[in-house]
Amino acid sequence: MSGLLDAVRPRGDVALLERVGVGHIVLGALLLVYPAIASEFFLIQIAAYSLIWGMVALSLMMLAGYGGMVSMAPISIAGIAGYTVAIFGLNHTGVHGFGWPFWILVPFAVLFAALVSALIGMISNRTEGIYTIMITLAIATGFFYFTQQNYALFNGHSGFAGIDAPKFWDINWRDPMPFYYLCLGCAALSYAAVLYASRSAYGLTLQAVRDNARRMRALGYDVTRHKVLAYFYAGLIAGLAGVLLVWFNGRISPGTINVSAAINVLVIAVIGGIRHPIGPFVGAVVVVLIQTFAIDIVGAERYNTLIGLIFLVIVFVSPDGVLGLWEKVKLRTP
Amino acid sequence: MTRRTCFALALAGLLVAPELAFAEDTVKIGVLATFEGAFTVLGEDGMRGAMTAVDEFHGMVGGKKIEIIKGSSDASPDSAVRAARKLVEQDGVKVLVGPLSGDEGLAIKDYAKTKPDVTFLNGSSAAQDTTLRDPAPNFFRFSTDGAQWMAGLGDYAFGQKGYKRVAIVAEDYSFPYTQVFGFMAEFCKAGGHVPAKAWVPIGTKDYSSVIAAIPEDVDAIYVALGGADAVNFLTQYEQAGGKAPLIGGSITVDQTVLTSKGKIHDVLIGTPSAGPTADSNPSPQWKAFVDAYKKQSGAFPVPSLFAHAYYINMKAALLGLQEIGDDVSDGGKRLRATLSTLTFETPTGKVSLDANRNAIADIFLTEVVKLPDGTLFNKLIKIEPQVNQTLGIPRDEFLKLGKVGRDNPSCP
Repeated sequence: MSGLLDAVRPRGDVALLERVGVGHIVLGALLLVYPAIASEFFLIQIAAYSLIWGMVALSLMMLAGYGGMVSMAPISIAGIAGYTVAIFGLNHTGVHGFGWPFWILVPFAVLFAALVSALIGMISNRTEGIYTIMITLAIATGFFYFTQQNYALFNGHSGFAGIDAPKFWDINWRDPMPFYYLCLGCAALSYAAVLYASRSAYGLTLQAVRDNARRMRALGYDVTRHKVLAYFYAGLIAGLAGVLLVWFNGRISPGTINVSAAINVLVIAVIGGIRHPIGPFVGAVVVVLIQTFAIDIVGAERYNTLIGLIFLVIVFVSPDGVLGLWEKVKLRTP
Repeated sequence: MTRRTCFALALAGLLVAPELAFAEDTVKIGVLATFEGAFTVLGEDGMRGAMTAVDEFHGMVGGKKIEIIKGSSDASPDSAVRAARKLVEQDGVKVLVGPLSGDEGLAIKDYAKTKPDVTFLNGSSAAQDTTLRDPAPNFFRFSTDGAQWMAGLGDYAFGQKGYKRVAIVAEDYSFPYTQVFGFMAEFCKAGGHVPAKAWVPIGTKDYSSVIAAIPEDVDAIYVALGGADAVNFLTQYEQAGGKAPLIGGSITVDQTVLTSKGKIHDVLIGTPSAGPTADSNPSPQWKAFVDAYKKQSGAFPVPSLFAHAYYINMKAALLGLQEIGDDVSDGGKRLRATLSTLTFETPTGKVSLDANRNAIADIFLTEVVKLPDGTLFNKLIKIEPQVNQTLGIPRDEFLKLGKVGRDNPSCP
């Protein structure tokens, strides 16, 4: 809704400041100076990891929020990009590893992931609502078992290890600070792209398709093409996140893309809120913090329960996630 | 707009949560085990084992209090590395005990190479290549590996039990590969044949197709499944009317499986196996260990091999720390030097390390029996003394046998 309202606002002559928004500028500045105050662990294991998960969930937010298509497959798309990097790049597992240079490898992996995503879009195009969830969940589960049992291509349960982020411009991009900025850059780019697309003619059409597909079809729009294109764009974001994820872990295995990871993406998107692209990132920060520190709060035996309870509370208090909570507060304070 | 600013500030504040300060008079030790997924029960018992060692030292080492920080994985290598990173980089542990399962061990070994100042002691993970090929200089395994655990079983199955043809059902990752390797090394050499192997993913619930594919003419089935997987397979095999006798992988006839309820009891009686522990071990050291272990809450009647492995490695860590007076300010150099030459008496006999920091220890050949009160336990048949990682074969020759895997070894 807010996306629609923003879009109808005239934007011809307004200043850049107004257009970008003060909130964005402040947030951006804080994120840029964040490495100065954060420890290495908070820089990588919390911030960079949240940005990566935020991107995967952003892919889902874009499909679900603007297109009304709840896909369980974004993590599989990320996994496809990750496996592509592992197989065509270098790894020290001794299976494949063709050693392509990163500047061919990364665009190839992202594009390939996006194409697969478009294919998933075509397959699930004839479904709606819960059936889209089911068919994409089936695809995600199928892909998980395929990687787990296929040794010739995916090296089974062990997966691939020893995948390094590239080194160029004399920078090792897996070092904490460069890697954080790399993730931040990719996340900011994806975020801006989604925000821009949501206000573009294409984005508005997609939102109209979400609200009433039959009417849009009657008006002469090619609904199918719009939806498949949305899957393609979402695939670009998830694919990029997948490349970062495999550099982050230095490895990829079926555990990275299993069903609980697929559900995790949904949990992140729901906790954050799917009405604005900032939601997935907020959700990712919340979930990553809980997952990392819950074990210190309630001990090893019950921390999954705590994660579940927090999820329950957030959804109970605000169906629109943390973002909805924020809007409620905004409405109350004049 | 001010509200947005507030929001951004709150978000940033959340991201820079304060780092916790710790008192100087404690020794922090990280314990990484599996508290999620199919191996949860195993991880919890591993934790009991580690705590038994801590209790043995009355929670103190060299005058300092021991502080245990737990990390949890779900048996996938990624989650193990993530949990280890948190323990090392956030909680600042200099000594880490874990992980539990095979592929996790391989991943932690890789991670250990990037943290040369931290000393890693294995939990119960038992994949061969964690220490055999390309080991990490700061990764120690005082528990033996999965192939060592099988010492004596292949010969026993062929010679004593008279099984000539055996089918294999095992989980599809590095630890069962290692177990099957250890079993087949002896069994094939003795003249046995393995006409079929079924590798199933961890967490498989439905074994009907696997059971249907087992050849009719085998004398026995070698099963290497852990935790919930073993229970599921055994239950379904019993329901399907399976009659072939079983041979057990070390964790398949472990207390984590034997204590589960249901008809699997009848299937398991008489199953030979081998491993680092035997429930009926008559030695007083073992009995003392069982008593100490039972003080932990939720303990099994007898400690599982996970409790045993975590106990051994935690005890090694504590003995090492005591020796050097808890001083790891030199990046743990002295601790690692001490550990490399550490030899001590465990509840299951003497343990020492080889050049690759892998344990040489006694292995126990066992058979499952039913006690009058209905509980199952592993009866000790024979002790294989001081088995090393190359199973007594010269190192070069052993390395030529190749990496363990689905197709290696093979004797159809």
